[in-house]
Amino acid sequence: MDEIASITAPATTAAAVSVNPLHALAAASHDVAAARLVPLGPAARLAFRGREAAIGPVGEAFGVALPREACRRAEANGRAALWLGPDEWILLAPGADPAPLFAAIDSAAAGLPHSLVDVSSRSVGIEISGPRAAFVLNQGNPLDLSLESFPVGMCTRTVFHKAEIVLSRVAPETFHIDVWRSFAPYVWELLEEGRRELA
Amino acid sequence: MLIIDCPWCGKRPEIEFRYGGEAHIARPADPSALSDEEWAEFLYNRTNPKGLHAERWRHIHGCGRYFNAVRDTVSDFFVVTYKAGEQRPENLGPDVDGASIGGDK
Repeated sequence: MDEIASITAPATTAAAVSVNPLHALAAASHDVAAARLVPLGPAARLAFRGREAAIGPVGEAFGVALPREACRRAEANGRAALWLGPDEWILLAPGADPAPLFAAIDSAAAGLPHSLVDVSSRSVGIEISGPRAAFVLNQGNPLDLSLESFPVGMCTRTVFHKAEIVLSRVAPETFHIDVWRSFAPYVWELLEEGRRELA
Repeated sequence: MLIIDCPWCGKRPEIEFRYGGEAHIARPADPSALSDEEWAEFLYNRTNPKGLHAERWRHIHGCGRYFNAVRDTVSDFFVVTYKAGEQRPENLGPDVDGASIGGDK
């Protein structure tokens, strides 16, 4: 019986869930100037889906007008709204507390057909920057990442090897990846693999 | 790699997509009024053509939307893609056994 007790997993606490799974990997990572890898800090992430009437009020409450062009992100005051589908956006507020933000947006869309979900803990962010960042991403992603076909301000859900990611270009040589928490070490280590030859 | 033109996102690699079966199959309005044969016809029987085939695809690792595509089942060439709910485009080319189009593109 003692044996069984000793292999029982400890109860998961809220604090344990919010630990970034990439911190240990990042601490052991070598700096490669051609493609720097940095885990992004915590952020409030809200998944919003809604009909036409709700789109305007939600953008106003969030502080960023939701982009209506396919695969584009809009930014204002450090917050970003990412187009994921014709009626689907992810609202990103780095460092913000999700609860009051959720309440403000939810009340702005009250009575209008929509869905708003707090997915802040679902994923973590990774920044990859440098002259060979696109090259490293292309090891596991087949999109054309040239500036002509993937300009600054473009974002899209896509794949990196076998994991689904949300990829955005925030500067000519800087990309942000949003990946589900449990896939993050997989993506991070394959990015490391991809840039090993650049070290 | 096969490139599929999503009506929302534009040209994307095929690994972002999932196949969704034949398009334009409407569910009968009143299933209880159908005979077993008619219901089986709706559930299981598909046209399975050699040539142009209208089918559903989902851009699952992209915008997540279902759309329709006309694909040549011989050459695997995507002739046209269009949004769900739209009519299948007419006059797309040969649609008879063995007459595939776009195979060398």
